[in-house]
Amino acid sequence: MSDTLIDVVTAVLMIGGALMSVAAGVGLLRFPDLLTRMHAATKPQVLGLLLFLLAMGLQMRSWVLIPVLLVCWIFMLLTVPVSAHMVGRAGYRTKHLRRDLLSMDELDEVVEKAANKKAPGRNPTERPDET
Amino acid sequence: MTSAVIIVGLLLGFAALCALYRIARGPSILDRVLAIDVLLAIIGGALAVDMAVNRHLDNIVLLVGISVIGFIGSVTVARFVTDRK
Repeated sequence: MSDTLIDVVTAVLMIGGALMSVAAGVGLLRFPDLLTRMHAATKPQVLGLLLFLLAMGLQMRSWVLIPVLLVCWIFMLLTVPVSAHMVGRAGYRTKHLRRDLLSMDELDEVVEKAANKKAPGRNPTERPDET
Repeated sequence: MTSAVIIVGLLLGFAALCALYRIARGPSILDRVLAIDVLLAIIGGALAVDMAVNRHLDNIVLLVGISVIGFIGSVTVARFVTDRK
């Protein structure tokens, strides 16, 4: 493959990654509440990073680099859901969401059912808002 | 290649400004922490672009480190959020 073609592919990959970042920025700017913003925020963290790393690998063209880039991306895939889960859970529990925008809240039914089941024999020393 | 780099720089700069606006504006600490995560991802992307364009590997360790431990900050903040009102 000629160098020009590789350069063009690299440029396309980099612009794609930058567009993912712009999508996240505009989403942060325009979306109304925490959960919708969380949806926008994951784009540059996963797909954007993948495109940038692919561009890097194409420019370097060395086999030694591939495992490093893979490790970088796979750890991002593993850790982004952890932080998103914690932020989403904290947002749900502390009511940082707009109920009027939700079309469905399946977690609410589950929480209610669990509360009803637990209520009779509840241990008074237990702190239900912990965990 | 040069024009592509300029376009990428402008796009990343715009995205970073949007994230900075959300960090400054709030309204809650969770929004800020989310915007900080996005800003970190944008800065990591900019580092990767710099490495790809100038063909060096100076920042690869930083990039891997960010992807391994970058989540700790937002998890810690999310743990200590208080109720609204």
